[in-house]
Amino acid sequence: MFKVLVALLPGIFLLAWFFGQGVFVNILLAALTALITEAMVLKLRRRPVLKYLKDFSALLTAVLLAIAIPTVAPWWVIVLGTSFAIVIVKQLYGGLGFNLFNPAMAGYAFLLISFPQEMTAWAMPGHLNIWLFSDIIQLLFLERLPETIAVDGITMATPLDIVKTQLTINQETVVTVMPATVKNLLAQGWGWLSLGYFVGGLWLVQQRIIAWQIPLGFLCALTLVSTGFYFYDNHLYSIPGFHLLSGATMVGAFFIATDPVTTATSSKGRFVFGFLVGALTYLIRVWGGYPDGIAFAVLLMNIAVPVIDYYTQPKIFGASR
Amino acid sequence: MFGRRTLEGGLDLNGHKDLSRQRSIIRAAIPKELVYPLVSQSGELAKVLVKTGERVLKGQVIAELQGNQGTLLHAASSGYIQENELRQIAHPSGLKSLCLIITTDGLDEAFPIDQLVHFSKLLPSDICSKIHEAGIVGLGGAGFPTAVKLAAKSFCEVDTLVVNGAECEPYITCDDRLMQQYSEQILLGIQVLLRALTIKKCVIGIEEDMPEAIDSMQKEIERQGFSHIQVNVVPAIYPAGGERQLIYLLTGRKTPSNGYPVDVGVICQNVGTVMAVYMAIFKGQALIERVVTLTGLGLKTPQNLWVRIGTPIKDLVNQCGGYNGPVERLIMGGLMMGLVLPEDSIGITKLTNCILVASPKEVAKTNDTEVMPCIRCGDCAAVCPVNLLPQQLYWHSQGGAHEKSQSFGLFDCIECGCCDVVCPSHIPLVQYFRASKSKVITRRREDEFADLAKQRFESKQLRIAQEKMDRDQRIQLKKQALVKLRKESAVTKPKTKDQL
Repeated sequence: MFKVLVALLPGIFLLAWFFGQGVFVNILLAALTALITEAMVLKLRRRPVLKYLKDFSALLTAVLLAIAIPTVAPWWVIVLGTSFAIVIVKQLYGGLGFNLFNPAMAGYAFLLISFPQEMTAWAMPGHLNIWLFSDIIQLLFLERLPETIAVDGITMATPLDIVKTQLTINQETVVTVMPATVKNLLAQGWGWLSLGYFVGGLWLVQQRIIAWQIPLGFLCALTLVSTGFYFYDNHLYSIPGFHLLSGATMVGAFFIATDPVTTATSSKGRFVFGFLVGALTYLIRVWGGYPDGIAFAVLLMNIAVPVIDYYTQPKIFGASR
Repeated sequence: MFGRRTLEGGLDLNGHKDLSRQRSIIRAAIPKELVYPLVSQSGELAKVLVKTGERVLKGQVIAELQGNQGTLLHAASSGYIQENELRQIAHPSGLKSLCLIITTDGLDEAFPIDQLVHFSKLLPSDICSKIHEAGIVGLGGAGFPTAVKLAAKSFCEVDTLVVNGAECEPYITCDDRLMQQYSEQILLGIQVLLRALTIKKCVIGIEEDMPEAIDSMQKEIERQGFSHIQVNVVPAIYPAGGERQLIYLLTGRKTPSNGYPVDVGVICQNVGTVMAVYMAIFKGQALIERVVTLTGLGLKTPQNLWVRIGTPIKDLVNQCGGYNGPVERLIMGGLMMGLVLPEDSIGITKLTNCILVASPKEVAKTNDTEVMPCIRCGDCAAVCPVNLLPQQLYWHSQGGAHEKSQSFGLFDCIECGCCDVVCPSHIPLVQYFRASKSKVITRRREDEFADLAKQRFESKQLRIAQEKMDRDQRIQLKKQALVKLRKESAVTKPKTKDQL
């Protein structure tokens, strides 16, 4: 699990570069919350505390959640979300290895449903990195902005938000808005961020830390489905590259969906799991109620894991089946 | 010739074979005492054919082991039978068991043997009965009686004898040495087995990391000019020497999971077994000795020895120069599938191919590896040579869902231990599977017993009811007869009265 944290570093630094150093504060808060709550529950459950804290799994959950929420979200958002992920989603189900749902994503979904405003206020790329760290601390803990800046001045809709809004409200403007949005993807940092996670993910695959079948299935599905719809109507549906590089695609494919505890176990099953998460992500992005669908896609497929496992059992040596 | 099929899982393990491979096999001394466990694996007590205090000769039958693996047991040297004793034996339960003990007299006087007949003049059935009389069982580890295996019947016609010389377990080199030193005898043994099976074709499977053995067997085959016996090299991947795995590697045939190799036309015998067959047919010697690898860094001089069955391990350790520094674990069999022994007075059995005296450098201390929960990483599934999903099996066996674990192939598990080695959480998976298997078997037995009891009860009820009915009927008939009789007498009585 330690290597997974290392692999996240390029993404984290790009996140800080484009969206402000608030991410470091979030990670620190999340890590502290995760360790403290995990220790407390372990104590309550009369389990050896140190043995389980040493495995880095709580820390990983914390970091994944911290990079998933906006860098300008107030401090209590991440603390609440992490506590929910560790206490309810992980420990109440029996702790490491027994949770049905991906803790980070369940925490994210909990936050997104409870505090939609705070959870969708993404900083305008490139504006926060010139801020003083003290200003960021003020913003996160006191929710106070420096006097010269207005709230609207620092946040903006993400590319996925824009496309989503256009799709649901006014389909005619999609044609004019979309090309610009797609073009801005790289300039605005989202594309770079995705590439950062992609590089870290590839390293994990090479190190055999994560199962390659899941990201492969995920990206295959997303590419296939988005290509299909793009060719069906290229005015209405974005180019496949947009879906691959925006939102949480890469972090989802390589870091979230690959959590071994909550995914299928056989090699075939993992591909199926990744594929279905990818396809579901597209469906939620285009027709669902939220701009990005990774969290819900992963959680829904977590439910389907026993079924996938059942139908993808490898053929036993010498079995007639 | 090099059919490069490979296993679907398996591990490339460090063989540690050079520890014991270089030295020729030497003969171990006659021990003071020979120890033979009398209880079979399935729990039946052997029928002892000798009395306490009786003098027995080398090669004399002393007991008949019972159960489905029942065979004859022969004295490995001449000596006197002692009172049976409860001794520690090599069994996973760690419980003591009744043992037959011979105090040797050092004379090594042999039991007279019958006139030897050349095997070409023996009928296949004669060969089988000679193999049975010699008490030969599979020396590769499973210990299935060889004569029973040779006579196995199936819907499939047997066409190939597979000789297992793969020896995939780390540390073990007894078959390797046998093939290097006794290639001629092994080939003769093969000829005998082919005649017993009335087939022509034989394939010897040897792992690629045993070049001397491969060379020695091939040279001997060339020298004899045999074309029906072939040496095939298999990849050195553990467990390539598993019976089903080797048969697949050599012939491409997959033994059905609910069947036996004979169902794909193959009979598989270990190199050591073939050697024992040679000894029985050509020398008239029963299975009273075998080659055992004594190895591990915990021994001064690791080597292969010809050991009499029943020799206590400590005698052999002494012949290997004694213990070398601290010993972490004493293992009978290989590192992967062997049994950890509680003490060194236990006797060598027919199935003991190796005694591994492991130093702390070679095996982790039991307390060092902390068991963590399963995180379903799937590493175990990737290395399973039978394509099981060990973590699913583990999950269901933990929950006591034995039906479910059976549907995930519990009984297809060959207990090779690959999953244990790769598990990042250090879960002793195979141990759970063994426990699960024995629970299922116990439950099956209980069910059978309950069924039988129910049948008995029902038939008893039926019998009682039947008897009651019969009795009622009889009484009825009698009553009727009586009434009839009375009527008749009523009719006749007045007459008599009249007469009176």
